[in-house]
Amino acid sequence: MIELLQSIWAEVPLVLQIVLKIVVIVVPIMLSVAYLTLAERKVIGYVQVRIGPNRVGPRGLLQPIADGLKLALKEIIIPTNANRFLFILGPLLALAPALAAWAVIPFSENVILADIDAGLLYVLALASLSVYGIILAGWASNSKYALLGAIRSGAQMVSYEIAMGFALVGVLLAAGSLNLQDIVLAQEGSIIHWFWLPLLPLFLVYFISGVAETNRAPFDVSEGESEIVAGFHVEYSGMAFAMFFLAEYANMILVAALTALMFLGGWLSPFQGIPGLEYLFSWIPGFGWLLIKMAVLLFLFLWFRATFPRYRYDQIMRLGWKVLIPVTIVWLLVVAVAVLAQLAPWFD
Amino acid sequence: MNFEIPNFAPAVPEIFVLIMACAMLLVEVYRDQSKDCTIIYILSLVTLAIAAALTLALDNGKTQITFDGMFVSDSMSSSLKLFTYLITGAVLVYSRKYLMERDIFKGEYFVLALFSVLGMMVMISAHNTLAIYMGLELMSLCLYAMVAMRRDSREAIEAAMKYFVLGALGSGMLLYGLSILYGATGTLDISEMATIISAGLSEQDQLVLMLGVTFSIVGLAFKLGAVPFHMWVPDVYHGAPTAVTLFISSAPKLAAFALVMRLLVEGTGDLIEHWQSMLVFLAILSIAIGNLVAIAQTNMKRMLAYSAIAHIGFLLFGIIAGSGNGYASSMFYIIAYALMSMGGFGMIILLSKKGFEADTLEDFKGLNDRSPWYAFIMLILMFSMAGVPISLGFWAKLAVLQALVESGFVWLAVAAVIFSVIGAFYYLRIVWYMYFEKPADDVTPISSGIDVRIAASINGLAILLLGIFPASLTTMCDVALGLY
Amino acid sequence: MNIEPILFYLFSTILVISAGAVVTVRNPVFAALLLVLAFFTCASLWILLEAEFLALTLVLVYVGAVMVLFLFVVMMLDINLTQINEGFTKYAAPGIIIAAIIVIEIGLVLGADKFGLEHYPNPVGHDADYSNTKEIGNVLYTVYLYPFELAAVILVVAIIAAISLAQRRRRDSKYQDPSQQVLVRREDRVRIIKMASEKRRSSGEEDS
Repeated sequence: MIELLQSIWAEVPLVLQIVLKIVVIVVPIMLSVAYLTLAERKVIGYVQVRIGPNRVGPRGLLQPIADGLKLALKEIIIPTNANRFLFILGPLLALAPALAAWAVIPFSENVILADIDAGLLYVLALASLSVYGIILAGWASNSKYALLGAIRSGAQMVSYEIAMGFALVGVLLAAGSLNLQDIVLAQEGSIIHWFWLPLLPLFLVYFISGVAETNRAPFDVSEGESEIVAGFHVEYSGMAFAMFFLAEYANMILVAALTALMFLGGWLSPFQGIPGLEYLFSWIPGFGWLLIKMAVLLFLFLWFRATFPRYRYDQIMRLGWKVLIPVTIVWLLVVAVAVLAQLAPWFD
Repeated sequence: MNFEIPNFAPAVPEIFVLIMACAMLLVEVYRDQSKDCTIIYILSLVTLAIAAALTLALDNGKTQITFDGMFVSDSMSSSLKLFTYLITGAVLVYSRKYLMERDIFKGEYFVLALFSVLGMMVMISAHNTLAIYMGLELMSLCLYAMVAMRRDSREAIEAAMKYFVLGALGSGMLLYGLSILYGATGTLDISEMATIISAGLSEQDQLVLMLGVTFSIVGLAFKLGAVPFHMWVPDVYHGAPTAVTLFISSAPKLAAFALVMRLLVEGTGDLIEHWQSMLVFLAILSIAIGNLVAIAQTNMKRMLAYSAIAHIGFLLFGIIAGSGNGYASSMFYIIAYALMSMGGFGMIILLSKKGFEADTLEDFKGLNDRSPWYAFIMLILMFSMAGVPISLGFWAKLAVLQALVESGFVWLAVAAVIFSVIGAFYYLRIVWYMYFEKPADDVTPISSGIDVRIAASINGLAILLLGIFPASLTTMCDVALGLY
Repeated sequence: MNIEPILFYLFSTILVISAGAVVTVRNPVFAALLLVLAFFTCASLWILLEAEFLALTLVLVYVGAVMVLFLFVVMMLDINLTQINEGFTKYAAPGIIIAAIIVIEIGLVLGADKFGLEHYPNPVGHDADYSNTKEIGNVLYTVYLYPFELAAVILVVAIIAAISLAQRRRRDSKYQDPSQQVLVRREDRVRIIKMASEKRRSSGEEDS
């Protein structure tokens, strides 16, 4: 049966193969995005001792579908004197990089769309592109709140990209490769071998920067609904608005996936090397472990939003430039020395 | 790949200047902010002095190449670096009071000056086109910022903009030229480039080389301020704060000379018949337009700017001669010019006061009645710039002309003499103003800072002495270029 | 079918058109965006040249950071286009003539007859396991150590220059420092003094 499928697969033209692979990746991501919104409302609901949405479908499970339908049916309003072309381009530019970055994410060993050498760099380059969507949307809206939001978000993302990039340099040093698959394989051994331990400060910096890069609370000054209404997407409605929504959540999932891959051993089992447990949990596939790790990290995203008050703008800048960046630079030195000294058990 | 630790010893002065510049930045942050930054000023002078001592100590007369051929230390680099420290130090002494009176006596100013010196050192010691370009950019970037430092002045900002835009254009040209040279020879290393060129290339590569050399020369001409790429010189000299003009007009010229030597003479020396004709064109135009237009100027800084263009023409004459003597005379000329130009702009600083720039010719009227000593120093400077016999400028011009005649460019030498005589008019006009005209309104003697006055006096006397005993300087230049 | 030439011509066309449009387009925001497009297609061309590290760095640095800040500035500018275009007709003719002469001259020297494929054959492609990231790393910190350090110094100078030119406390502008505002304590603002209690006064006295 499997052989038959393989032979059929081999007959499909290359371009079609790639398109099919992309579909296989993108559709689940879109579904996850939809249900992440539900999860968010549920989690925040329970944190605030409420129940959250429970009316649409059994236990509210159809809520995201209803929301999607509602947004799809709404009119896209283009404000007067707005720059029409850029106004439409904005949301597209926000969503595209968030999806394109998935091309180099390994879901399990050798399960990857494009196994390229400079994968880490590719991810970083695409992450840096997502700011365009927001800036363009803010400017093209011809609205002062939108422009303010765009400016805030642009400055914030450019700043946190630096800390993020430095954290990734640490990973690169530790793994000796820019290839995400090799990075995961370099963490093989046991839970102690994962990079979260030797790169603990970088792990924290990366995750915090990731939260900031996705403009999530407590770094959501670019939306800042209590100060600038809704920031860069204040003028958007219908599907255009939904695109920003999709982009934000797709980016969250991406950051969670990258954090899991780079610091938490990706698809590796946490019980690796522990005699009894390793066998006991061997039925869980690598992909399952990756999903579990991502789910935990995504829960953190939601937890942050439910718990922390919003940072003030100058505090965000101070945290980024005066705390996170120095921390990464110092720890880079530490990692470099550790790699040179071939510190066991990580770098031997 | 095996990595050999490079030999750092020849580059110790550069490393020292870099460390000190960074240290000064830290001192600037943590110093007592209620006082002015005299400590930075002193530190920068000390840095230059120690760098000079290091350069002297490390100079063993041999050519040392390190950093995988990127860096060369030879006698030419040592002597040019020593003069760079000397001139920069003097420039800083000149400018202290001027800067204080105009609210730009800031730590960054001195840090930038030191970084710019570092850029010049890199250029002087460059043995690779990459290093040449990096040094040039480092130096220029600092100078752009220094010109713009006085932000309340419209002229200064305009000058900075012009300097920056045209400087970037010039850098672009040079970079294009260098990359074409790389394409044709396949190497960035100066001496390897020379070997490949002398080994002879195919006809198409020859053509490419010529294109590369042409672009490089255009870039160099931009940086040197040779006609027809001189448009920025008068505006920048005029608009920049005089202290910065003083700097731009002196030390970077030495580095520019080194740049021409490294790139044209050492790198593409075998293509001399190609670049010689281009330089002839540039030099003749520079000396003609520089001297003629200077006559029409009423602003002292603009006049000296056009005079700088004319002097660059002379510098190029020495290079055109294409002989060891020619290069040595060029080096002699540029050092002499840097000293004279420093004195000239130094006098403007000396005369200026808070809220008053003494930069018109009128301001020099009756200087003899006000301060005979400084009038005398200005007299020495102007005589020297004009090339009146038994002055430093005279010997410098003579050496260049000799080299030209030796190489068979008699007609060029004749043209140079004619334009020099024309040029003498506007230098001597200043002398006339100082001695035979009455002061306009201000008749008080000069009352400037003591350090400025000492610097101006030493500068004038040094030029007088070097004019009487030029042999020491010419010998040094000959030694530097290995003619002995 | 070899897809590379098709991609090359596609990217090159986009590159040339977008680069040309950067200078001709009227809206400065569009100009900045077209420059982004130009960088992006340029990076794609570099990937075709097997220089994926440089290509990604180009996107990361120029598209991701430099152009964002560029856009920032451009968005906040209120440019009067008629004023800028005033001198255009005056300088257009000489400008075009000079540009044409330069193009022809360079074309004569760098034309296809001298730089055709027969003179410069296609360089040999590398194996699949060749990593130019590694290659660049190997030479960048060894052979090119000196220029690399110089580049670092140039960047430091750029920072110093930018800060010293931009940072200026204007005495005439009033601004708030939020961190100072937050740090204010009650003791700084209100002085509580101890005093003996006084007799209650009648309501008539209070009004006066």
